[in-house]
Amino acid sequence: METIILFAPLVGALIAGFGWRITGEKAAQWITTGLLFLSAFLSWIVFLGHDGVTEQIQIMRWIESGTLSTDWAIRLDRLTAIMLIVITTVSALVHLYSFGYMAHDENFGDDESYRPRFFAYLSFFTFAMLMLVTSDNLVQMFFGWEGVGVASYLLIGFYFRKPSANAAAIKAFVVNRVGDFGFALGIFGLFMLTDSVRFDDIFAAAPALAKTEISFLWAEWNAANLLAVLLFIGAMGKSAQLILHTWLPDAMEGPTPVSALIHAATMVTAGVFLVCRMSPLFEFAPEAKQFVVFLGATTAFFAATVGLVQNDIKRVIAYSTCSQLGYMFVAAGVGVYSVAMFHLLTHAFFKAMLFLGAGSVIHGMHHEQDMRNYGGLRKKLPLTFWAMLIGTLAITGVGIPLTGWIGFAGFASKDAVIESAFVGSAGGYAYWMLVIAALFTSFYSWRLMFLTFWGEPRGNKHTHDHAHESPTVMLVPLGVLALGAIFAGAIWYGSFFGKTNEVVKFFGGKYGEPAHELVEAVAERSPKASELHYVMKSKPGEAAIYIAPENTVLHEAHYVPTWVKLSPFIAMVIGFLTAFQMYIRRPELPAKLAENQRPLYLFLLNKWYFDEIYDFVFVRPAKALGRFLWKRGDGAVIDGGINGLAMGVIPFLTRLAGRAQSGYVFHYAFAMVLGIAIILTWVTISGGAN
Amino acid sequence: MISSDLSIILPEIALAIFAMVALIVAVYTAKDKLAPMLTWLTAAVFVILAFWIGTGSDSTRVAFEGAFVDDGFARFAKVTILLSAAAVLVMSLDYLEKRDLLRFEYPLLIALAAVGMMVMVSAGDLMALYMGLELQSLSLYVVASLRRDSAKSTEAGLKYFVLGALSSGLLLYGASLTYGFAGTTLFAGIIEAAGNEPSLGLIFGLVFLISGFAFKVSAAPFHMWTPDVYEGSPTPVTAFFATAPKVAAMALFARVVHDAFGGNVGDWQQIVAFLAVVSMFLGAIAAIGQTNIKRLMAYSSIAHMGFALMGLAAGTAFGVQAMLIYMAIYVTMNIGTFAFILSMERDGRPVTDIASLKMYSRSEPLKALAMLVLLFSLAGVPPMVGFFGKFYVLRAAYDAGLAWLAIAGVVASVIGAFYYLRIVYFMYFGETEEPLDGQMSPALWAALMVSAAVMVFGVVNLFGIEPLAAAAAETLVN
Repeated sequence: METIILFAPLVGALIAGFGWRITGEKAAQWITTGLLFLSAFLSWIVFLGHDGVTEQIQIMRWIESGTLSTDWAIRLDRLTAIMLIVITTVSALVHLYSFGYMAHDENFGDDESYRPRFFAYLSFFTFAMLMLVTSDNLVQMFFGWEGVGVASYLLIGFYFRKPSANAAAIKAFVVNRVGDFGFALGIFGLFMLTDSVRFDDIFAAAPALAKTEISFLWAEWNAANLLAVLLFIGAMGKSAQLILHTWLPDAMEGPTPVSALIHAATMVTAGVFLVCRMSPLFEFAPEAKQFVVFLGATTAFFAATVGLVQNDIKRVIAYSTCSQLGYMFVAAGVGVYSVAMFHLLTHAFFKAMLFLGAGSVIHGMHHEQDMRNYGGLRKKLPLTFWAMLIGTLAITGVGIPLTGWIGFAGFASKDAVIESAFVGSAGGYAYWMLVIAALFTSFYSWRLMFLTFWGEPRGNKHTHDHAHESPTVMLVPLGVLALGAIFAGAIWYGSFFGKTNEVVKFFGGKYGEPAHELVEAVAERSPKASELHYVMKSKPGEAAIYIAPENTVLHEAHYVPTWVKLSPFIAMVIGFLTAFQMYIRRPELPAKLAENQRPLYLFLLNKWYFDEIYDFVFVRPAKALGRFLWKRGDGAVIDGGINGLAMGVIPFLTRLAGRAQSGYVFHYAFAMVLGIAIILTWVTISGGAN
Repeated sequence: MISSDLSIILPEIALAIFAMVALIVAVYTAKDKLAPMLTWLTAAVFVILAFWIGTGSDSTRVAFEGAFVDDGFARFAKVTILLSAAAVLVMSLDYLEKRDLLRFEYPLLIALAAVGMMVMVSAGDLMALYMGLELQSLSLYVVASLRRDSAKSTEAGLKYFVLGALSSGLLLYGASLTYGFAGTTLFAGIIEAAGNEPSLGLIFGLVFLISGFAFKVSAAPFHMWTPDVYEGSPTPVTAFFATAPKVAAMALFARVVHDAFGGNVGDWQQIVAFLAVVSMFLGAIAAIGQTNIKRLMAYSSIAHMGFALMGLAAGTAFGVQAMLIYMAIYVTMNIGTFAFILSMERDGRPVTDIASLKMYSRSEPLKALAMLVLLFSLAGVPPMVGFFGKFYVLRAAYDAGLAWLAIAGVVASVIGAFYYLRIVYFMYFGETEEPLDGQMSPALWAALMVSAAVMVFGVVNLFGIEPLAAAAAETLVN
């Protein structure tokens, strides 16, 4: 069954990609979509039937070279099962949605066949992503990792006639390459120290790695920390964390279903998945975890601030994605991997829905993406409006405070992240960053809603007159995702963020009594959390995630002060009210504010000038170097030298040789005598015998 | 004793007797009417002898107290010489008949040259060496001026004769110096007398000997005769010049430097390397200016001899092996190429201008393709067999510590690639001029196609020539 899940998308991709001329365009679309729904259906069976025990299903022997021995195998545990449903469900829905969205495209002529290509790419992406999450070793994972990178490149640049799309695709690829370099170094390091790339072997060796020193870049490092950071650099690239985040907003050049599938729900969460998958390593790398927390919190804050002022509807959601990924990394960094996965799961639903909703708006508005040209679309696009509203309620985290789980999906998971962050960062940096980010999230989400669906129609009147609701194939996925956005949090709250024993059981581990000293230590640290009954007892690698016995963040997060529990809700309300004030009651206020705080506004509008700085520091010097090597190095020196030699010197010598060949015998004899004289002189001078 | 000596030299005696008997018979009977039959017969005798020598004993035997050596190296060279000579004879037939040049002496002179070459490669004494060399040379002087009524042909023969005499003089001078300082003409005695520190007089003798060989292999700066003789001689004779005598001279070269001066590799290595470099560059550079394909092939052979000398310059068994492989490949390529050149004609007259090949692929796609393969192989473009020949000699030079020589070889082969590729360019892209109209005789066609096919399919294992060459080299260098 797992094999079918894995290969159905590949089969679909191959049929649609290479066989559509035989099957026809429509059939190719239906085949890929049908296979994806089959995959999704089986994934849910696997997920619901999974008992937490890790299974390994070998597909073939893959690489056998020296001590490097790698299977191509499926590792099925809870983490994989969660990713399976996320990927296949969203992918199946996006396939369906694309029927409508890609039906007509002004980027292609009427006689051009672009749809099978699009569906083939989508299915290929899904296959690569499944390879990534089902892998049983790092090499296989890297294959999937690069596979999704390729698919992402192809899909971002799908409108290959647009220079901006090509630029964005290249940017995504190059920036990811930086991260992948770190990831690859991490794999090399792990192979060097453990002599294996299999997860089982690496996890078993994790405690030993924590005690190993490794020399890297002229310094001695703790092996576990170094390798964890290197792997995390890979995750930073794929998950668009700060420093390596610049590609994600530009990736919105791709068609909107792509943004929903790849750049919101699945591929960008691969980094989070990687950190959770490598939890046995991260648990032994405290400094690396701190780094993850710091970077995640900063990204969450940074992306949220930028999201405040963007005008392109897709860019707002893109920055929102970037920000939410920061939340996930904070959760993973403080050691509650289950919560990171929880937010990943709920986020997949509501963010995919927001993107698909945005796509529906864009589709209805004839590919207008600037929110300043929207307004009052509630009536024209009623169903899309409701879907977007649900998505917004979910992302801003609307729910009943202090219950923990009664609310939209984002409520349960985001509050869990923030509470964990409070414990994990001792009420410090990460916690405050996330709360402020929650306020901003609420603001920009509602801003988006208000600008789009409320107020007076702005922009091109013709476009507004012809705005229309999307076809059913596009609305059905929205409805399905809405269910997830509403209920996913409440349903799985206990499994991901319940009592320690529940969570450990869900992820297939063993729990047991904590050590006496640990109980005392926890009681001393936070008196309210003194009732520590269980900790994880599985060894690293035995369960899907590993939580060190001393890591009690999951337990303590339930006993944070009440004001902490309320803080995200309050932040959300403030954000909503501010947005309401600025965009409904006094719509002239934002412009005035932007005028007054012009430097700050420009700073945010220009995304903290990251692109400009990179352009100055990396891109331009690289281009200048390239131009130098091209014009001066290759053009002048090499071409000039070779051409000069080939067209100047050699023909000259040829003429000389031709003249020497005079036809006179005495000339020839003279040459021979000359030759013998030269040789004789040479052997005499060079010492003859010696 | 004499009977065992004679049994060792039996193939040479057999061939010499055949030539002389055939000469007398032909003179007293039908003369030139017998020529076609004699040509076929001679070729058949060559093939039979090659088969006999090739499958005969595999031990090293010495006759006439060391003056004649029959070892694996000699047998390898003899088989190559005889087979290539047979192929050239068969190829000549049609061309010579058409132009009324087919004298009955032609195959017999070739046979006598072959005898000389066989003695050369088996020589174990300076006397035997000179005897073989002169027998070969005299035969070649005559066939060079086969077309007696053509000024060019007689000029070629005369030039060859005069310069050949000069080179013989140099060689003899070297031989007498060597004899004077070593006290013997036997190679085995010379190597003993030279020891590890030969006297300057012996070195001078070596230099003069080498210059004589360099003339025979047409290595620069003793190459000057080559373009003129190649151009002036009838094309079948040119084809012969470019193949068997080159192998014989190169084998003789290797024989002397290893058998007689094997203890002084350092002394002759630099001379041979010098000859190799000058030949490779001169062959490559001067050929660029040629429009006559026969002259072009002359320079091409100069460059190729430079590469073969590179293998020899290594001074190792592997170097000799590389040289032998190179020569075998070179001969095969040249047979195919000359088969094509022999067929180049317009209105029944031979054409040698390369411009006449423009757009040849349009009218004769298959032949053009075969020629393309051969030219690529001559240029040393992988995956053709010619590349492997170059690869072997480069490796030999590099392994022997002559990296600079290998690099020079690569550079020269890049320059040389130009004129081969220019012909390909003409055949496929040039603008049409008056097309060639000649028909190819079956023998030429077969030679061209087989040679081209060998260049392509030989990449698999070089038709097993590698271990044979290794064994041959092993018997020479030890």
